[in-house]
Amino acid sequence: MKAKIIKKKDIASLLDSLIKEYEVFAPAKRDGLVLFERISSAAESSLDYINSKISPKQLLFPQTETLFSYSSTRDSTEIKAPSGEEKPQLIFGIRPCDARSLTLLDKVFDGECKDPYYVSRRANTVVVSIGCARPQTTCFCTSVGGGPFSTEGSDLLLIDVGDEYIVQIVSDKGERLLKERGFEDAGEDKVALTAIVIKKAEASIGPGVEADGLKEKLDKRFDDPIWQKLTEKCIGCGVCTYLCPTCHCFDIVDEAVGLDGLRIRTWDSCQFAMFTLQASGLNPRPTVKERFRQRIMHKFSYMVDDHDQIGCVGCGRCITECPVNLDIRQVLNNLLQLEGVK
Amino acid sequence: MKNPYLPLLMRTEKVVVETDDRDIKTFSLSFVKKEDEGNFNYIPGQFAELSFFGKGEAPFGMASSPTQLGCLEFTVSKIGVVTTALHNMEAGEIVGLRGPLGNGYPLEALKGKNIVMIGGGFGFSTLRALTNFVLDEANRSRFGDISVIYGARRPGLLLYKDDFEKWGKRADLHLYLTVDSGDEEWVGRVGLVPQIIKEVAPSSENAYALVCGPPAMIKFTLPVIKELGFPPEKTLLSLEMKMKCGVGMCGRCNIGSKYVCRDGPVFSYAEILDLVSDEY
Repeated sequence: MKAKIIKKKDIASLLDSLIKEYEVFAPAKRDGLVLFERISSAAESSLDYINSKISPKQLLFPQTETLFSYSSTRDSTEIKAPSGEEKPQLIFGIRPCDARSLTLLDKVFDGECKDPYYVSRRANTVVVSIGCARPQTTCFCTSVGGGPFSTEGSDLLLIDVGDEYIVQIVSDKGERLLKERGFEDAGEDKVALTAIVIKKAEASIGPGVEADGLKEKLDKRFDDPIWQKLTEKCIGCGVCTYLCPTCHCFDIVDEAVGLDGLRIRTWDSCQFAMFTLQASGLNPRPTVKERFRQRIMHKFSYMVDDHDQIGCVGCGRCITECPVNLDIRQVLNNLLQLEGVK
Repeated sequence: MKNPYLPLLMRTEKVVVETDDRDIKTFSLSFVKKEDEGNFNYIPGQFAELSFFGKGEAPFGMASSPTQLGCLEFTVSKIGVVTTALHNMEAGEIVGLRGPLGNGYPLEALKGKNIVMIGGGFGFSTLRALTNFVLDEANRSRFGDISVIYGARRPGLLLYKDDFEKWGKRADLHLYLTVDSGDEEWVGRVGLVPQIIKEVAPSSENAYALVCGPPAMIKFTLPVIKELGFPPEKTLLSLEMKMKCGVGMCGRCNIGSKYVCRDGPVFSYAEILDLVSDEY
């Protein structure tokens, strides 16, 4: 893989010049949180961070977006879809786990049936990630097929080696971004240096979950009474799904004033009772147990069936933000340790 | 790129009140843009998302057969926000439609086979579509014996009375109508659908059983048709779930890893037997 060197002191001028060409989103401090915000100068960004509170998936799959607007009279209706023309966007400083989650969203929204809103935004987006030299105790990317310096989903990956970043060029999009900016090629010695950083970071990540054969084992445990016990303290708040970079369930609603209105898509959560409640009153997932199980099974079994990839990138947000301290790693390990599960 | 969320515009041509409680109506909808009709190719068993602008969308199986040109028909039970808005609609009003969605009945597999259709209550619209499809002059010779077993709670709740009258006169279709409880005028069968299946005992030889109805009916029907010798591969179910997108993305209508909207709504019993137990 080709690599370049960017001195840390040059990052600000790079960002400032990129802001002229792209809508640049970077981690920034807002109300005491780190969030991916649109920045208008490099000074607004805050690259010394662990990870953003909310996953940057919202830059491709917004929390709410208008699918179309309509305007009616009694016997006619006119529908208008958004033009879809947006300035190219750049996500700068995304973590490798979150960048990797985009490859899963790609499979969902850019599969056999295409979601034009996501697909056009994704094509219009450059993803520049910064590897994690200091993973947290809640990180478990390595156990679900990723890593603190995984390049999946990124166009460029920055590796911090002290006073400079070694930049791995992952895609043509990434290569174009750096073209004619005068950055020096990284020699073998520098690349060797990154190998040490990567190894050290990987070694600092805990065991996480045993992903080998996980799907098959979970499938056998669908009816086990343990689910009741595992989910007893869950209050069904849904924060795990809202912050999760791979969760993609949504609702479609109309918002109208008189005869004019919008059809809107919003994030939704399988943790809510209304999610599957039918108009007849029947609810196939009536309690927290079924809903919690759906979340686990969707990520670790159904996604594997459908897309050949676990629906979890190990970012740990569901662990750090759960109000009742449910830990997905613990839940999975409890399921795996059941007697008779081989 | 085709936008799967943009509805076609449909004009309400006719509204038929199906039941004496007025809670179920059938809507005939025509395409506002004639070119949309030519591009809308569907088979019985598929569904569409109907939208009442300002209230939202809900999925409904096509109750009409594709052999019936000019209009699509949907039978709607008044039960929620969208269906109530649809029920308040008069001829001439515009609704949105996205579809056709889902897989539909496997017409190739059904070719040359005897077909036993079993429906209950409101869950009969796509079986009605299929019956009208196979009875069409151009199609009838491609299918074997056709039996229809359909029941409602009482005579006033039987749907599609005009169709039943026509079908009842045909020699190439066995029609068995039943009600859970009759009234003074009812002279037909009285009994629950599974019980009538037992009495009628349709042969499973070279045959498929197609089941669509409320969960309780399905639950008690499956063992009966199994006993008659229909294997799970030849027992087809048309399922319902709450849906939004209709194209396998929004994540709510799954049973195991199958999405009812995308992989169904028609499944063989064999396909879903192993997926889950009594729970979803």
